[in-house]
Amino acid sequence: MYAYDSFDQKLVDERVEQYRDQVARRLSGELTEEQFRPLRLMNGLYLQLHAYMLRVSIPYGTLSSTQMRKLAHIAKVYDKGYGHFTTRQNIQYNWPKLEETPDLLAELAEVEMHAIQTSGNSFRNTTSDQYAGAAADELDDPRIYCEIIRQWSTLHPEFSFLPRKFKIAVTASETDRAAIKVHDIGIQMVRDDDGTMGFHIMVGGGLGRSPFIGRTIRNFVDEKHLLSYLEAILRVYNQLGRRDNIYKARIKILVHERGIEEFTRLVEEEWAQIKNSALDLPPEEVARIRAHFAPPPYETLATVSSALEAKRFEDKGFAAWVRTNVKPHKQPGYAIADISLKPIGKPPGDATDDQMDLVADLADQYSFGEIRVTHEQNLALVDVKQDDLYVLWEALKDAELATPNLGLISDIIACPGLDYCNLANARSIPISEQISKRFEDLDKQHNIGDLKIKISGCINACGHHHVGHIGILGVDRKGEEYYQITLGGSADENASVGKIVGPSFSYDEVVNAVDTLVATYLELRDGENEPFLAAYRRLGETPFKEALYGTN
Amino acid sequence: MALIKNGQSADNVWRTLADKESVPSDGPVIISLKRWTEEKPWLKGRNAPLGIFLQADQPPAIIEDDLDRFEIVALEFPTFRDGRAYSYARLLRERFGYKGEIRAVGDVLRDQLSFMQRCGIDSFEVADDAPIDQWVKAIDEISVVYQPATDARQTALEKRRSA
Repeated sequence: MYAYDSFDQKLVDERVEQYRDQVARRLSGELTEEQFRPLRLMNGLYLQLHAYMLRVSIPYGTLSSTQMRKLAHIAKVYDKGYGHFTTRQNIQYNWPKLEETPDLLAELAEVEMHAIQTSGNSFRNTTSDQYAGAAADELDDPRIYCEIIRQWSTLHPEFSFLPRKFKIAVTASETDRAAIKVHDIGIQMVRDDDGTMGFHIMVGGGLGRSPFIGRTIRNFVDEKHLLSYLEAILRVYNQLGRRDNIYKARIKILVHERGIEEFTRLVEEEWAQIKNSALDLPPEEVARIRAHFAPPPYETLATVSSALEAKRFEDKGFAAWVRTNVKPHKQPGYAIADISLKPIGKPPGDATDDQMDLVADLADQYSFGEIRVTHEQNLALVDVKQDDLYVLWEALKDAELATPNLGLISDIIACPGLDYCNLANARSIPISEQISKRFEDLDKQHNIGDLKIKISGCINACGHHHVGHIGILGVDRKGEEYYQITLGGSADENASVGKIVGPSFSYDEVVNAVDTLVATYLELRDGENEPFLAAYRRLGETPFKEALYGTN
Repeated sequence: MALIKNGQSADNVWRTLADKESVPSDGPVIISLKRWTEEKPWLKGRNAPLGIFLQADQPPAIIEDDLDRFEIVALEFPTFRDGRAYSYARLLRERFGYKGEIRAVGDVLRDQLSFMQRCGIDSFEVADDAPIDQWVKAIDEISVVYQPATDARQTALEKRRSA
């Protein structure tokens, strides 16, 4: 993975000192909370319902074991013993004390980490495929370009006060595990007819109160011109994006209002002016960064591990875990192991300091010391020998990290909701916990198969409900928590925005409603191989609507 | 208002005229785009320094052809959140080749000076009680920059290549 050079390190160290001074000015009263607000928001520090929340950046979801141990240490020393992994592949701490945050950031800087731009109206963490480097179906390691974008987008002088936050995702696989079509800019690595590697660029996707699927703005941008093309998009957006209404300020609204043709024309016109400039990527810089992402020293192994096959046969629990949580690897004899942070009945994405330490140790033992955070709020060890899967599973199981539910109904994405967030209308976490308890029986979950439930506590859609196969949105009805259900959303390469199925349900009714939807699916599916989303797309909403609300 | 120019406290020689005030025949004044548009013929011949104030929704492309008439362009930051003028400043310098003074006016935060300077803004109007020395110090708090911009700072990439 990428390692800082002296310049990267110096920037982060200087940023810590700058922030330390800002906090000191706040604590001395020189700055009011109002004046301090924009400064702390430049650095991921939010004021939530009960306390400050600090969001720490995990660039494109890749962590070393050393970094993971530091995150565990911070959970222990500065928080209440846990951290919360987010849908931007970051981690949040819910209980830091303001006066301690500069020291916290200084500790992070020791391991090449920071909280720069994890909030505010600027570039956020560039996300990527959590299996980058290991996936059998990728063209290249997308993290090379994520790192290039990370540097370009860090403290960008022109684009630090955009109309609204800005999210970029990069993938190099046909199977989109990075949800690129619901990003402000989605980048798909492709080859042109001559086999040259480049980038297919999409723009204007996003969730929130007006969900949009991204549109193609350019089929192919070559490596040399990637940054000038991005800068052209941002320059158009920075000048023309709406600033009169924060709900209309994302680039998706600009693209929608102007139309993709007109927006494309403006970007192309700007690009023509800044193409072939100091923004051009020199091949040797790309090579320097690429070298950091060189494959680890894999052993030469047989494609299929007989030890793995034997254990699968012997141990039903292990077999269930392999079925959902183990994915194919490009290297013979290796596998990708997903670590579920969705134990039945617990908040999605939470990990204790002990769990983080354990994952760090296991990464050192079995996966070249590297860990991934997924946008679905799980972790992954992506370079595990198949022969080691059984011992890995046993160790994970003892720490409640081996729930075999990846992609299943209990692998829920949920925002913090009203339990923590001052924007929320309704609680998300308890709904998620109740759904996972309702479907606790793993055989039942496996029978239901692929089903993504996503829960947001308000219209800002941090829980991505628009792209859940079943989406649940918390709304306020006369001071009471209600939940609106959407069906048919998806964030993969066939992305779609879910459709509201009907009137909302009360807190007490919503889990039953999910149960009804699942029962309807099980009854009507065309065999076990037709997953929920495919069945919904074939059947339409009518049978589900009738099951929920009765026939008229 | 106090003024920071070229990295130090400076006197403001410019008077910003409201549209209802008449333009004096001499002395440096900053006028609005509206006034420039309406009174251009005689203002062009006025034999004294002239500057223009652009609101955040008035991109400098509007006055591209007249830029050589202005010794200063004042860019409005109506709130610190409104970042349009960062792009305007870069366009003035890098696309239109503007060599005069570019001044940030309005809700300018100490922690934004560095970004502004990198975009080609060389003077900042700040509150009278602003501790100027500390504001100036803030410009260089972060010495490493990744992006090529208007200023002459070497980027991390350039430093890597020359190392």
